[in-house]
Amino acid sequence: MNDVSADIPCRLQINGKTYAADLPPSVTLLDLLRERLDLTGTKKGCDRGQCGACTVLVAGKRVKSCLVLAVSIPDAEVTTIEGLSPNGQLHPMQQAFIEADAFQCGYCTPGQIMSAVALLAEGHTHSREEIREFMSGNLCRCGAYNGIVDAIEQVVAQQNRNHTGEAA
Amino acid sequence: MRRFSYSRPATLDEACHSAEHTRFLAGGTNLIDLMKSDVERPAHVADLKALGMHHIDEQPDGGLRLGALATNADTAAHPLVADRYPLLASAILAGASPQIRNVATNGGNLNQRTRCHYFYDPDMPCNKRSPGTGCSARGGRNRIMAILGTSDACIATFPSDMCVALAALKATVNLTGPEGERSVPIRDYHRLPGETPWRDNILRPGEIVTSIDLPPASFGPHHTYLKIRDRLSFAFAIVSAAIGLQIEDGIIRHGRIALGGVGTKPWCVPAAEALLEGKPPSHSLFRDVAERLLQGAMPDRDNAAKLRLAPRVIERALWQASAGTPQSQTDKTIR
Ligand SMILES: Cc1cc2nc3c(=O)[nH]c(=O)nc-3n(C[C@H](O)[C@H](O)[C@H](O)COP(=O)(O)OP(=O)(O)OC[C@H]3O[C@@H](n4cnc5c(N)ncnc54)[C@H](O)[C@@H]3O)c2cc1C
Ligand code: SF4
Ligand code: FES
Ligand code: FES
Repeated sequence: MNDVSADIPCRLQINGKTYAADLPPSVTLLDLLRERLDLTGTKKGCDRGQCGACTVLVAGKRVKSCLVLAVSIPDAEVTTIEGLSPNGQLHPMQQAFIEADAFQCGYCTPGQIMSAVALLAEGHTHSREEIREFMSGNLCRCGAYNGIVDAIEQVVAQQNRNHTGEAA
Repeated sequence: MRRFSYSRPATLDEACHSAEHTRFLAGGTNLIDLMKSDVERPAHVADLKALGMHHIDEQPDGGLRLGALATNADTAAHPLVADRYPLLASAILAGASPQIRNVATNGGNLNQRTRCHYFYDPDMPCNKRSPGTGCSARGGRNRIMAILGTSDACIATFPSDMCVALAALKATVNLTGPEGERSVPIRDYHRLPGETPWRDNILRPGEIVTSIDLPPASFGPHHTYLKIRDRLSFAFAIVSAAIGLQIEDGIIRHGRIALGGVGTKPWCVPAAEALLEGKPPSHSLFRDVAERLLQGAMPDRDNAAKLRLAPRVIERALWQASAGTPQSQTDKTIR
């Protein structure tokens, strides 16, 4: 059991595709995505859970992929920024980030967008304060925070319009 | 990260009997961070996640049992926690970030290590990380360190928010180990550093936290978790207070108080809680309670501000709890 060289079977559904390989247990989900699968949309900032640049969805929930061992989430469904627009059509949150000028350098943006998509599903979007609090795990060193909150509010408003539209 | 071997025990018994130099992995938000920093160097990592233990169940006595592997996010959002133990939900939501809470578990939260900067830096002396090397924080940069429960060997705080609320709620920690099962009151779970700061708590080798029990709820709306930190969100406490009061006809029947950010463990003083009994809320009473809670506090080079901040946090939190207007973790205005 304590054979240090032993790789561990890893099987994941990443953006709808099955990935299976034997991996050293020390490989994080972030390093798997970037270094072995060329899914470089997910960024490495701090590598310590502090910045949110590496945010992806695991089983629909947002997590920091730099602190997750790839072998520790067997058969999980993983969604990265690449998986948001499978047919090349932007996700409404991606479109809103462009329209609201919600980034400058763009390094934090994939993580912000993945976090924002999860936030919408969680429903913590009743006020700007609530959005800011529940987006606090994503830092933006360019300080695009106002634009980011604007973008999220824009998508919330769209969704509300669509719902009222359906009801009418 | 150094290389290590990995297993996923299928039973508690198998996990308890893991080899020496094993670390248990739950959410990994603390362990993997520390392994990357070369502070933790396990030869083997035993992943607990196949052991179940993620349920939240009502108990026959009206209390609640929180599974050790339930995530912090699922615990805070659980209807029975949110309805009956809003103090606990509030403290959990005051900690870390949504992404971390989605992964972090209750057992991991209990066993997380200190955030002392020197502990995180393997090049610096630190008795907690490398016994006998000395304490770099004493006389060093220690603005965030503890003022209560310290020793010559270590002045690091225990950083959890959740555990401060658990201490105020008088929770019980359930353990299973090679020698069987036992239950320990949360207030006795974490240790003072004394001469052995490398032992954060009473966990024995191979022992696993299986669940945490909450006694039946009794505070109604009279609770609060007030956390002061360097920014409005996503930062560890400089000072925090978890308070629950049972109030009848304007008189405090009993009160429970635990402090975070100031002690080497969640800080409770039964004699301070006893002062509250049978009295109506008043400025002089709350001042006395704060003074009693902080009795014996010893600041070091940079952290004397905690001595001035802590009484204000305690008194304000006592007023919030008396009024039944708990601190909102969304709107950060302190009322
Ligand atoms: C950027 C950042 C910010 C944070 N901010 C805060 C904050 O503001 N407030 C706060 O309270 N916390 C904060 N945290 C800490 C966070 O709450 C902890 O990392 C988390 O609760 C640990 O849980 P885990 O399941 O991930 O533990 P793991 O990392 O898996 O384990 C931590 C330790 O506990 C042991 N362990 C785990 N489960 C068990 C068990 N069942 N029995 C015995 N031992 C066990 C492990 O062996 C390990 O030693 C922050 C963390 C990060 C990375
Ligand atoms: S305070 Fe404790 S953890 Fe920090 S350097 Fe000193 S011994 Fe280490
Ligand atoms: S890279 Fe994961 S949180 Fe910064
Ligand atoms: S846009 Fe540059 S860090 Fe956010």
